[in-house]
Amino acid sequence: MLSYAARRMVYAIPIIIGVALVCFMLVHITPGDPLVAVLPADASQELAQQLRTAYGFDKPLPVQFGLWLWRAVNGDLGSSIATGRPVLAEVLRAVSNTVTLAIAAAIIGFSLGLFFGLVAGYFRDTWIDKIATSIAIAGVSVPHYWLGMVLVIIFSVELNWLPAVGAGPSGSGAWAWDWAHIRFLILPAITTSVIPMGIITRTVRALTGDILSQDFVEALRAKGLRETQVFRHVLKNAAPTALAVMGLQLGYMLGGSILIETVFSWPGSGLLLNSAIFQRDLPLLQGTILVLAMFFVILNLVVDIAQAAIDPRIKRG
Amino acid sequence: MNVRATVAAAMMTTVSALVLPAQAGAESVLRIGMTAADIPRTLGQPDQGFEGNRFTGLTMYDALTMWDLSSADKPSVVIPGLATEWKVDDADKTKWTFKLRPGVTFHDGAPFNADAVVWNVEKVLKQDAPQFDPSQVGVTASRMPTLASARKIDDLTVELTTKEPDSFLPINLTNLFMASPTKWQKLYEAATGADDKAKSQAAWAAFAKDASGTGPWKMSKFTPRERLELVKNEAYWDKARVPKTDKMILLPMPEANARTAALLSGQVDWVEAPAPDALPEIKQRGFKLYANEQPHVWPWQFSRIEGSPWNDIRVRKAANLCIDREGLRDGLLAGLMVPASGTFEKGHPWRGNVTFEIKYDKAAAQKLMQEAGYGPNKKLEVKTQTSASGSGQMQPLPMNEYLQQALAECYFDVKLDVIEWNTLFTNWRRGAKDASANGANATNVTYAAMDPFFALVRFLQSSMAPPVSNNWGFINNPKFDELVKKARQTFDPAERDKALAELHAASVDDAAFLYVAHDVGPRAMSPKVKGVVQPKSWFIDFSPISVE
Repeated sequence: MLSYAARRMVYAIPIIIGVALVCFMLVHITPGDPLVAVLPADASQELAQQLRTAYGFDKPLPVQFGLWLWRAVNGDLGSSIATGRPVLAEVLRAVSNTVTLAIAAAIIGFSLGLFFGLVAGYFRDTWIDKIATSIAIAGVSVPHYWLGMVLVIIFSVELNWLPAVGAGPSGSGAWAWDWAHIRFLILPAITTSVIPMGIITRTVRALTGDILSQDFVEALRAKGLRETQVFRHVLKNAAPTALAVMGLQLGYMLGGSILIETVFSWPGSGLLLNSAIFQRDLPLLQGTILVLAMFFVILNLVVDIAQAAIDPRIKRG
Repeated sequence: MNVRATVAAAMMTTVSALVLPAQAGAESVLRIGMTAADIPRTLGQPDQGFEGNRFTGLTMYDALTMWDLSSADKPSVVIPGLATEWKVDDADKTKWTFKLRPGVTFHDGAPFNADAVVWNVEKVLKQDAPQFDPSQVGVTASRMPTLASARKIDDLTVELTTKEPDSFLPINLTNLFMASPTKWQKLYEAATGADDKAKSQAAWAAFAKDASGTGPWKMSKFTPRERLELVKNEAYWDKARVPKTDKMILLPMPEANARTAALLSGQVDWVEAPAPDALPEIKQRGFKLYANEQPHVWPWQFSRIEGSPWNDIRVRKAANLCIDREGLRDGLLAGLMVPASGTFEKGHPWRGNVTFEIKYDKAAAQKLMQEAGYGPNKKLEVKTQTSASGSGQMQPLPMNEYLQQALAECYFDVKLDVIEWNTLFTNWRRGAKDASANGANATNVTYAAMDPFFALVRFLQSSMAPPVSNNWGFINNPKFDELVKKARQTFDPAERDKALAELHAASVDDAAFLYVAHDVGPRAMSPKVKGVVQPKSWFIDFSPISVE
């Protein structure tokens, strides 16, 4: 097990370098001037050249990549062109807000998804299944930014129960898990949770149905096990795949949603990316994409290891 | 008096005793939802265009000259700020003397004087100065393109030198905000860094978190990307402009529907640019809507290179006469535009005696096109580059489609080349001859018309052709060049304005652009916000505003 985990970690290194290269190239091949945030279109050529040199954009791309990667390895993602603030601090602050949102959304989405999926799978082809499946389809089909706006109109504008935007009465810097802050989290968390809820419902329903139709379940029942005991076996067999799907969904949520965070002005990584894209803030964009990509790499690693730990039948070569 | 009345009176007295003193001492707070995705930079020279200047420039800082924002009707003109008077040297027109306002102090208590002016000029112009900050150079130096240096004459007198004689300098100086050198120096001495440059960067980063200017608002609390809290500066030098509100909270809300929802749910008192389709609801719920003509132009900038169909003045004039701007305003834009009949409208000191009246006259447009050799069976194909969105672009796609339909009636066959906003903006500097124009013979980049350089010179002067500046279409008209020179070298403000008016009138008479619309800077606010005066400007004075 330990050697498997170590091997997976070593495999992650080239993936990380590849991710870094791709994210560097992607932001550099997009059209537009990287200095647009600090250099108006009417600036003189001398000024443009002066700033290009000051920010190091006059160097060849491979040199820029090498310098950036070296600094990134040393924990320095550079400074934002637009604000001058260190990228790492900006990204970490945004990511921590997204993590808060992702955790809340995961609690809602995963519990409801598991519940609906198990119920639908267990009562397959009954009206219970149809209701649960309908909810799942609605979850994956409804555009979440639209749902967010509708929730805001109902619960903020019309009923005035919950705040429409923001991450706390004084911003996310003073975040606390009390009602004054949690009320800011409810609407974005519900909005974020609907897609994972739908996906998990559908996955777990399919898994439960398949497992229930397998011979070993018949054998368990023939042995006289109670239905709750049978169900526990079903759960255990469904867990690795469900876990993999949940891990992936958590990864997506930790990546932040540009649309949801923009709709709710939630100061997470999605809003940060949005801002970096529109301001052509390359160091911020590169840094944010890199950190988010790292999340996926690490999360996949953790899920792979967890799967192997839960299900000894999984043999990794 | 019966028992019930006695009890009620006693309760009223108790409640009054408990509540009223608290209300009397309650802090008044104005909460504003901005369109920016981040708080504009707070260190003196804001980013994010004029929205940045509006919220973190003019609030916390002052410049030597300022915009008069006191009237909603009159054009906003330049008035004395931290300088009380200025004049150009009679013998050498590149040297200006500015007399500084006495008794002004920065928020940290340090005095404002000539040393502070020199220091602030050098923060963006003198590369070997410790306080030189490249990140502030772009947004500042480009807005005062001829300023070269500053020299102290005495504590309250400073001499500014320009690279060439330039009468626009006092207008350009509205963009140079005065930050406290004393405060910065303290932060610089406390900063750590590998070298002086790193220490300087660290000092500016620290300054941005704890800024000090001379403006009517002081920084009180700053959470990057989330909120900026400003409190009133009781010691502001202009007693008439000491804010009437105790605190102002600025919140970035880039999404129009989110801003609107925040306003309607009472989370903020004021939003910039509410969602256009929510305007009827905003009004119906008793919120107030403010809008006024802004120094902004939504145009088509014509290519004038060889072979361009816009080289024919009849075609340029026909296009200008073929657009029903009132229809565009009342229909598509729900009233949120002012029809453009030039860069400046009637009443503006730089408007001039325009002889070509830009209005909707389809018959005249068709006649001009027929004279130019076009008709229903021989349409003129033109191509315009535009974007799907972008700062100041209003609603570029529907507006361009409206133009496309309107111009079709005057024998134009308009093709639209829609590209991403930043690309369009970058192409602006490359010009109509560049491959990036993709064969387009007009570009649709909106522009701010606050000062003469940005409003006129960079488009009309032949030497401003790419890659120097934004004369995208390579306009080369000796009359324009001569009038630009005349305006730049006329130092009496009234005479300078006349020269600029002459230049503007010449450009309209030449139908230099297809002038379509001026934006109106819509903002919506709660009825409890009082004292709002929305001037004809990108800016607004927050000082007279109160929250009941």
